[in-house]
Amino acid sequence: MTTPGQSLLEVENLTVHHGQLCAVNDVSFTLSAGETFAIIGANGAGKSTMLRTIVGLHPATSGRILLDGTDVSATPTSKRLSKGLALVPEGRRLFPSLTVEENLKVGTHRARPGPFDIERVYALFPWMVARKRQRAARLSGGEQQAVAIGRALVANPRVLLLDELSLGLAPVVVQRIYALLPELLADGVTILLVEQDVTQAMRVASRVLCLLEGRTTLVGSPKELTRAQIEGAYFGLADERETTVESMPP
Amino acid sequence: MTWLNAVIQGILIGGFYALFACGLSLLFGVMGIINLAHGDFAVIAGYVAVILVPQTHLPMVFGFLVVVPIFALGGYILQRTIFQAALNRGDPLTILLVTFGLSIITENALLQAFSSNGQSLNIGNLITDSINPSNVISISDISLVVLIVAVVVLGGLQLMLSRTATGRTIRAVADDREAAELVGINYRHVFGIAAAIALATVALAGLASGMITEFAPTSGTNNLLFAFEAVVIGGIGSLWGTLVGGIVLGVAQQIGAQINPAYQILAGHLVFLAVLAFRSRGLFAVREAA
Repeated sequence: MTTPGQSLLEVENLTVHHGQLCAVNDVSFTLSAGETFAIIGANGAGKSTMLRTIVGLHPATSGRILLDGTDVSATPTSKRLSKGLALVPEGRRLFPSLTVEENLKVGTHRARPGPFDIERVYALFPWMVARKRQRAARLSGGEQQAVAIGRALVANPRVLLLDELSLGLAPVVVQRIYALLPELLADGVTILLVEQDVTQAMRVASRVLCLLEGRTTLVGSPKELTRAQIEGAYFGLADERETTVESMPP
Repeated sequence: MTWLNAVIQGILIGGFYALFACGLSLLFGVMGIINLAHGDFAVIAGYVAVILVPQTHLPMVFGFLVVVPIFALGGYILQRTIFQAALNRGDPLTILLVTFGLSIITENALLQAFSSNGQSLNIGNLITDSINPSNVISISDISLVVLIVAVVVLGGLQLMLSRTATGRTIRAVADDREAAELVGINYRHVFGIAAAIALATVALAGLASGMITEFAPTSGTNNLLFAFEAVVIGGIGSLWGTLVGGIVLGVAQQIGAQINPAYQILAGHLVFLAVLAFRSRGLFAVREAA
């Protein structure tokens, strides 16, 4: 187990293209073990592309991804999971024709040893026990999100990547899901999350990185950043910050 | 009594159609491949048996012991090379054209090597032995064996898919291959396994066809049409459905033939069209809308 504070995941000068479009442009950051790192940014800023590239679903144009100092840039997605990178993808992406339990069992396919197993997921989400034989397609969005998180957890990832957990979910459901994160952190899982809901991200993250059109515009701890700095970085108003802060919505 | 016999003969031939359609159903269900060379693969199995089985001194009935492993291995290799390369292009037309090309190449290569004469697999007395519960009903032993094999193979595969870890992995990949990669599944390998199973079943179908009737280099295409009909009647994604689809098709054809021998094929097509018109997802569609 990596000790807290030690750098676990390093992204070095990562550039990613979608065809001609440069989705991620020379982004670097380091994730320390035991922290919650949030990437924020507007729609199309390159957040999801960043996560997809880190797990290998999308090829990087240049740059490196290091897990524990080892370059995993050329490792196929399925092998990155067993090295400890698990993504909960945008839109949940459960296996719709499989039952809840089968989805979780598939998640253990290449599981690393660790604190999480299917029983532990049932302890986190007790409602699943009664509905484990139901097809995933029949679940509500929030329930699907919970199963998707469970499916990633049973692999015992070192870094859990969460892509837009709140998308399409009621605020109360989002709150309930985010309330789980401290328990995961306590078990030594490091969290890298992407979130469009800035308030939510600021509440849970120990550090945030703001992307704008694929470039880093801000990195820092939510405690140290002012609202004006974040808004400036989010909307790309850095140079005119002084004049526009007044006119921003509260 | 002659009508009862028509139904019985239909069920028997339906078992063969289902066995034949099984691999087609799997390839489409798991990988989305419409394999136009499916019938030709069955014909190749016949020729492989003609060439290799006598050398092993096994009776021809046990030819599957030789041919099925070769086809399973060949299926895995074919999937990991040509089929995967075609799927990587991302355009569904590519793989269709590849299988179409394979079909043409196979037929012409077989014509070149074996001429267009029909061949059959010599199984001795088994071909004429039959059970005769009455003087109008005759159940051919070999047809009964093929029906039993079809039920065991399709039923066994359906159970394997729904109950085992390998089956679960195959269903997961069929549902969402990218999500499968995210949980650590090498979907290309799983595709290879599915293709190996599909080709193993098509080998059985090819041998059955060589034992019941005869085969020639270009005879694969006819059977392919019936196999497609069986899959569609049964409902895509369900192997039980394919089994029932094959039997429905076989019974329809035999009843059609009983009315007038010229109506045999027509009756099968009419039932197929009726299913498409009134129950377009097949009799046993399993996939629920997400």
